[in-house]
Amino acid sequence: MTTDSTTRSQRRKLAKKPDNTLVSADRAGAGLDRGFAGLAKAAGIFILIILAFVAFFLSWNSVGALYQEEEGLIIGRFLSYAWPFALGTVVVALLALIMGAPIAIGVALYISHYAPPRASKTIGYIIDLLAAIPSVVYGAWGMFVLAPAMVPLYHWLSEWLYLWPEENLGWGIPFFAGSPGMGQNIFTASVVLAVMILPIISSVCREIFIQTPKLHEEAALALGATRWEMIKMAVFPFARPGIISGVMLGLGRALGETMAVVMVVSGLGFQASIISPGNSTIPREIALNFGETGHGTERWHQLVALGLVLFIITLAVNMVARWIVSRHKEFSGAN
Amino acid sequence: MSETDTKHMHQKFEEHQRAEQDQVHLGSAAGMVGSVSNVEPQELIRPRSLVGNVLPKWFLPATAGVGVVVGFVISYLIGGLSVNYALWFVFAAIIYVLVSYLITRQQLNKRKAVDGLWRNLVYVAFVIALIPLVSVIWSVTVDGFQGITHSSFWTQDMSQNAARTREQAIHDGEAPMGGGVLHAIIGSLLITLTATVISVPIGLLTSIYLVEYSRGGPLSRGITFFVDVMTGIPSIVAGLFGVAAMQTILMLGNQIGLWSYGPGNYSMGITAAVALCVLMIPVVVRTTEEMLRVVPNELREASYALGVRKWRTILKVVIPTAISGIAAGVTLSIARVIGETAPILLTAGTLTRVNWDMFAGSMMTLPVYIYHTFRYPYGGPGELEYLSEQRAWGAALVLIMIVMTLNLIARIIANVFAPKKTGR
Amino acid sequence: MSKSITAKGLNVYYGDFLAVEGVNIEISARSVTAFIGPSGCGKTTFLRTLNRMHEVLPGARVEGELLLDEDNIYGPGVDPVTVRAMVGMVFQRPNPFPTMSIRENVLAGYKLNGARLSRSQADDIVEKALRGANLWNEVKDRMDKPGSGLSGGQQQRLCIARTVAVEPDVILMDEPCSALDPISTLAIEDLIAELKAKYTVVIVTHNMQQAARVSEKTAFFNIAGTGKPGKMIEYDETSVIFNNPTNEQTERYVSGKFG
Repeated sequence: MTTDSTTRSQRRKLAKKPDNTLVSADRAGAGLDRGFAGLAKAAGIFILIILAFVAFFLSWNSVGALYQEEEGLIIGRFLSYAWPFALGTVVVALLALIMGAPIAIGVALYISHYAPPRASKTIGYIIDLLAAIPSVVYGAWGMFVLAPAMVPLYHWLSEWLYLWPEENLGWGIPFFAGSPGMGQNIFTASVVLAVMILPIISSVCREIFIQTPKLHEEAALALGATRWEMIKMAVFPFARPGIISGVMLGLGRALGETMAVVMVVSGLGFQASIISPGNSTIPREIALNFGETGHGTERWHQLVALGLVLFIITLAVNMVARWIVSRHKEFSGAN
Repeated sequence: MSETDTKHMHQKFEEHQRAEQDQVHLGSAAGMVGSVSNVEPQELIRPRSLVGNVLPKWFLPATAGVGVVVGFVISYLIGGLSVNYALWFVFAAIIYVLVSYLITRQQLNKRKAVDGLWRNLVYVAFVIALIPLVSVIWSVTVDGFQGITHSSFWTQDMSQNAARTREQAIHDGEAPMGGGVLHAIIGSLLITLTATVISVPIGLLTSIYLVEYSRGGPLSRGITFFVDVMTGIPSIVAGLFGVAAMQTILMLGNQIGLWSYGPGNYSMGITAAVALCVLMIPVVVRTTEEMLRVVPNELREASYALGVRKWRTILKVVIPTAISGIAAGVTLSIARVIGETAPILLTAGTLTRVNWDMFAGSMMTLPVYIYHTFRYPYGGPGELEYLSEQRAWGAALVLIMIVMTLNLIARIIANVFAPKKTGR
Repeated sequence: MSKSITAKGLNVYYGDFLAVEGVNIEISARSVTAFIGPSGCGKTTFLRTLNRMHEVLPGARVEGELLLDEDNIYGPGVDPVTVRAMVGMVFQRPNPFPTMSIRENVLAGYKLNGARLSRSQADDIVEKALRGANLWNEVKDRMDKPGSGLSGGQQQRLCIARTVAVEPDVILMDEPCSALDPISTLAIEDLIAELKAKYTVVIVTHNMQQAARVSEKTAFFNIAGTGKPGKMIEYDETSVIFNNPTNEQTERYVSGKFG
């Protein structure tokens, strides 16, 4: 396969006018040209190789979690080990999304359509600052500031949604069972994650809200629409794919986030309650155990396999986002 | 037109509307001949009067004031006669939103009320978003400032302080506050620098290939797709990859006799740098690609027309035009990876002393230092924890400052050094 | 139904910049009035103050009085949303809502207000508005297709139908034909002539022949130089403006000596 237009035209020239003195005038230059093109292409291919290696390594080393020579297939053992972590990861990420996404969209709307125009740029920078704070700092904040602050809420939830109905109705909502302790549970972790994904979703939405054609906004306003009606008629239909991809981006980030969960959640073991210590996520399990696990043991393979599961979940989320966006493209109003 | 007049008109208008709706719900043909149905549909939505459709300017601040005061009273009573800021905020927000909705609806109409309701919800969302930002910055600055002002914070590592006796001595005032984050700063800089040196050429060349050479063939579409996939790789998975890649390379090197590393000796700076590359390359490719695409084609053609070869055109015309954007993108990608914790924890481990050698032994970085110090405080648990916590908050402050400075630099580069727009 | 417009000493500002200065004009009901003048002279700015659309741009404000019949639309306690429901507007480039069908586009004004219409009422409104915009015959078989699929001229007439569907008092048109081909332009001009039976129509145009063809009265706007405010130079019967203007600037402009 030829790589670039110059090389191609060069060859065409060579074929057409073999005797032309111009042809041999700058052999070295032409060679450099081809070399540079090859270098650029090699870099691209190198990226593909890296990714192939990531995928290969994860799959190859996961095999040990599913098959051991002495015992044969041990898929059941891996599944019973892995599912609490997979479930924990998804629950934490979804909780974070439920809390973070509406606020993020609200903030984006505030910046694009409600804030005083002069201040909106500065406000945008300030919200972007949230995205710049490293996750370990959020983890520390969640551990020392947020978790203690959430304890009264957990007591209240446990009292009114678990203890009280259990006494009076015979059963309580199991999500709110148990003692909150220091508040170091997956609910606190999902609040921290909500804070972390907020600027990501918000900045994607803000960009697309700002791009809404003035023409459509003015069409709605000229019909006597209020600001909210204008947003509903002109902004949201235009921005829908952008909102979806922003939310999915946030979900992907929440699924893969490690440190905030590692630092905020304490305790081990799976349980239904989201307000008492315990439960874990895939990244947390890997981060806490990978260093201490001997290479090649079944546990080591299980941890790598968990990484593969996480990789597949985030990949699926990204694919779904892409699919939704492409499906909505024709209705996006970019005409 | 007087105020009462307007209100009267409004009531009449709403009666009309209700009657009309009822009639539509009935859906019977007979209903269409009633006196009400003689109203043209246009009349339903036609505003009767210019005035009387807005509430006075003091209305919103007044409602907000009422919300704050009543919210305080309720939260004070519910919270057992003590001030709870969270409850106060929740009740104030609820009262403000509800009261202004109900009054607007009663005084004006449903449309205005809904408009106001959503405006208020957007405002509340914005305030909610600011709370964690302020809280994070506040706690990091207040606690961190004490950490960074100790004289040894910048100049020492933690190798002296691992022992409880030493911390105890510091605590009792028998020894000056010792220990610092020098080793973590050095580690962070080395690892990030190495990752940058590896990632930037690969990312830059790839984006040059995508923009300048490929013409939408399967290879370029594949690269674009997989770069997107890479953007979504969780950082912990990148860490796993770093370990695996380095183990493989070390093993191969051992076999051909290039070096001899013991098994499990992958824990070193270069491993972390490799892991970070996986996170950094897609960011570099994305931003650089975007910047190269906005370089106008006229510039390339002008250069070709002078008989300049393509690779020289790219290096001398295209990249210089886009350099400020590329530099800003690279700076942002550095800012992103310098705060990464999980992949470095897996790959470079932890250490209490300075290590300059990227190829031998564990290395400490700022994020890992923060994590490790909070999780396993030096000097053991109990009273002495505050000393190591101060250092950790100090390290967090330093890290935030570095990341923010990088972001600021990126913005300045993008704005100040952007190519001057040519006048028409 | 149709209402007159009276401006008294109207100044329009963008921030500190005075864009249009001291406009006094009386536009009678059921008439077509054209605003002409060179680019940047403030005629579009002034037109947008007639339904408070200029407030969409940050920092824009107005001094003076603007009466719709007797009511000042800049009076205290007046909501711009109400003003815009009374004074409709057609823009330079056709802007049907891309996510709505032709039918939904025409009914957009009703949908906004939450008016519940029976199917037959809605059909009546759509047919009446589309007939009023001379578009009925062209689109009656594809009412549920997106409005953005029409040609430019059809889209513009759809926008006019959307505006007349709510039967406003005044219709403002901001260079409605500048993005259209001559045949579509002619269709719109015919439509304007019909609209004046029911509405007060104000049209901004760069095309002097168009102003001469469609309008009864014409206002000429001009600007002394960049950074200076635009002013209304002369306002009179269209025939007077084009044949026998009193002001020398107007004379030079309509005879094509500048602008």
